Amino acid sequence: MKNKKLLGFAAIASLFLIINACKPAGKGGSGGSTIAGDAAEKVYVAPGTHDELYDFVSGGFNGQMSVVGLPSGRVLRIIPIFSQHAESGWGYSEETKPMLNTSHGFVPWDDAHHTTLSVTNGEHDGRWVFINGNNTPRIARINLQTFRTDEIIELPNSGGNHSSPFVTFNTEYAVAGTRFSVPPDNFGDVSINSFKQNFKGYISFVSIDKETGRMALKFQLTTPAISYDLARAGKGPSKDWIFFSSYNTEQANTLLEVNASQKDKDFILAINWKKAEEYLAQGKGKKTPAKYAHNVYSEVTHSGTSTIMNEVMTLDPKDCPDMLYFIPCPKSPHGCDVDPTGQYIIGSGKLAAVIPVFSFDKLQKAIAAKNFDGEFEGIPVMNYDAVLHGEVKKPGLGPLHTEFDGKGNAYTSMFVSSEIVKWNIEKLEVLDRVPTYYSVGHLSIPGGPTTKPYGKYVIAYNKITKDRYLPTGPELTQSAQLYDISGEKMKLLLDFPTIGEPHYAEAIPASLIESKSVKIFKIEENKHPYVAKGEKETKVERKGKEVHVYMTSSRSHFAPDNIEGVRLGDEVYFHVTNLEQDWDVPHGFAIRGANNAELLIMPGETQTLKWTADRIGITPFYCTDFCSALHQEMQGYMRVSPANSNIPLSWHVGKTAMNQADEKTK
Amino acid sequence: MKPLKKLSSTLIAIGSILLIATYFLPIWRIDLWAPQYPEGLSMQIWLYKLSGQVDIINGLNHYIGMAHIKEEMFPEFKILPFIVAFLVAFGLFTAFSKSRKVLIAFAITLVLSGIIALVDYYKWGYEYGHNLSDDAAIKVPGMTYQPPLIGYKELLNFGAYSIPASGGWIFVLLAVITFAVLFFEIKTNK
Repeated sequence: MKNKKLLGFAAIASLFLIINACKPAGKGGSGGSTIAGDAAEKVYVAPGTHDELYDFVSGGFNGQMSVVGLPSGRVLRIIPIFSQHAESGWGYSEETKPMLNTSHGFVPWDDAHHTTLSVTNGEHDGRWVFINGNNTPRIARINLQTFRTDEIIELPNSGGNHSSPFVTFNTEYAVAGTRFSVPPDNFGDVSINSFKQNFKGYISFVSIDKETGRMALKFQLTTPAISYDLARAGKGPSKDWIFFSSYNTEQANTLLEVNASQKDKDFILAINWKKAEEYLAQGKGKKTPAKYAHNVYSEVTHSGTSTIMNEVMTLDPKDCPDMLYFIPCPKSPHGCDVDPTGQYIIGSGKLAAVIPVFSFDKLQKAIAAKNFDGEFEGIPVMNYDAVLHGEVKKPGLGPLHTEFDGKGNAYTSMFVSSEIVKWNIEKLEVLDRVPTYYSVGHLSIPGGPTTKPYGKYVIAYNKITKDRYLPTGPELTQSAQLYDISGEKMKLLLDFPTIGEPHYAEAIPASLIESKSVKIFKIEENKHPYVAKGEKETKVERKGKEVHVYMTSSRSHFAPDNIEGVRLGDEVYFHVTNLEQDWDVPHGFAIRGANNAELLIMPGETQTLKWTADRIGITPFYCTDFCSALHQEMQGYMRVSPANSNIPLSWHVGKTAMNQADEKTK
Repeated sequence: MKPLKKLSSTLIAIGSILLIATYFLPIWRIDLWAPQYPEGLSMQIWLYKLSGQVDIINGLNHYIGMAHIKEEMFPEFKILPFIVAFLVAFGLFTAFSKSRKVLIAFAITLVLSGIIALVDYYKWGYEYGHNLSDDAAIKVPGMTYQPPLIGYKELLNFGAYSIPASGGWIFVLLAVITFAVLFFEIKTNK
């Protein structure tokens, strides 16, 4: 009896054990056995020393870019691009507002997906980083000396600028393909289900000036109405080409989830952009009306200017044979990546069971032999087998993107099976796989898209975070993982949280940028129309209802810091020049009741905050950046008098060492 | 007394001509370090100007009520180029005259110029370090901020070095040459 009881107890207990243990080993939870034993040492950057890489990480729906140090995973800076950034006044100051102008007017937000570093001969040159605005199609260029947005260009005839801003072999162009095919901008009112007749998929080529980086919308190809998803330029032998993945070759305009997933194969579009240039030179292009904004920021006037452009050069593939070819690619390819040799093009069909690898040599031979399987809207469709190098069998589920280590291996992110898979390009053999936490989207190997990958790390940018960090309510940071790929097996080194929702990111050795980093703007080169290059030049001027304050800031006062004679309803423009010429001494400017934001003014720079005098009385203003031991004293007053007051404009600052020295030497 | 040996007058001539380089080189430098300035701050004094991070140093000095340092405040900058021109001419004259008496006079002139320059520099240092504004933000009882004449001194959170710059070392070199030549002449050229 007693034994039976014991047996029963044991049976219940073992049942519990089974229930608790039914989570298979290695699933969920921490990194488990994949963590490298010396991981801490490999990511530790000792105090006072620097990371070996800058990582430029797209911010997705925050419209910004973050700069992360690797291997530490520390966020070093947020660069505001398409989104207003109250912290620094980007998009709020009078100087930066024009940067967010579009043909739709002021658009203070975007969805920024892909960062692309400039290259020379297919290698990083450390000059600029580009990023796309997905929602209101735009491309921005960020200067890697100032880590600031220098230029933004809008793209007409486009919807969802996703396959962008990938650059060609020598940064001749940044491209932009439309994710949503749409009717041309001036087409007028049509029904949505006239998709096949009236919609077009424009692909834009934005030229980049070799010296200045200045962008211009050189031409657009009026390609068939499908969804152009991602792109990569060729390198070496394929350097005159660029490849776009596509989906919705079904040309559905509703429930794409189902309707755009019907065909076994969609396309990779191969474009010979040198041919396009030839056709342009032959006069085959057609200027068509199109409205788009081109915004440029000057480091000399410290101001942005926005120009609305009114036409664009278009090339119709019908007039341009031998320029475009469709390569069939299994099941709605997402990533479309070219290996460092420029020989292999890898399509990642997100619903496919294989990863196809296409050969550029075979593509050229098949084109020469006209080995076509018919055409799609007049564009030849290549014979799949004729251009295929081979397929990677059973790579994992949901392949999205592929990067390279420069040693003949490819690394593909698998969204559905939540892993990174390493495979050999030549042999098409899977070599290794590591889990990601969770559901990796983009992955990035520093230098991975160039001809010379850095080959030390791969970073996974995941779409699901769950339990990786301390919970912060329903909204979580997006998680990223750093893996060591220097050996045969990938080893997990680090989890790090990110800003916004990173999509693609590109990292570059710090040595290519660090020494060029600007520390201050030279005050003698400041050509801002409202600059005050010293306290002597400060003044207040009235122009009707507008009052312009030429103000300076230095440790630790504003000049002037007492302003009277402003009347109710006046629009006051504070033009604040930071007189400092010392590294890391920004000054801030904030005034009560400002409907915009504050200003953060870098040494030698001038920025303007507009403020409306909405009530009679005294309004304080102060410096927001803890600049010095007497930062708290860096404050002043603005007096606002009734609208009919005749108190004259006056301004004043107490005796400062600077103005006393000026007095003495007069 | 015998005329100077050829080697002696050549050395004096070379030393004097070298002095022309001081028009293109800073004479003196003041280097500062603080916790917030790991990279250091530096100011150079030339014959006719100041260079380096004078504005930043001024910006920091105003907290302790030190007067603004401005080139226009130093009449020395108008005179020094002529004094050096005179020294170069005197040196060359010494070389050509081959006279030991002239050499002695030149040596004395050099030493006197050096002493006057240091005294003048000390006076300016004293003036800036002691003549502090009454409404200074930071007042430390008994504290003055005179930079060291030569060498290192701690001033609040700053460590200050005051040392000759490249131009200054040329002066030193000329003085060394002059006295070495004089010694050599006295010893060997009886």
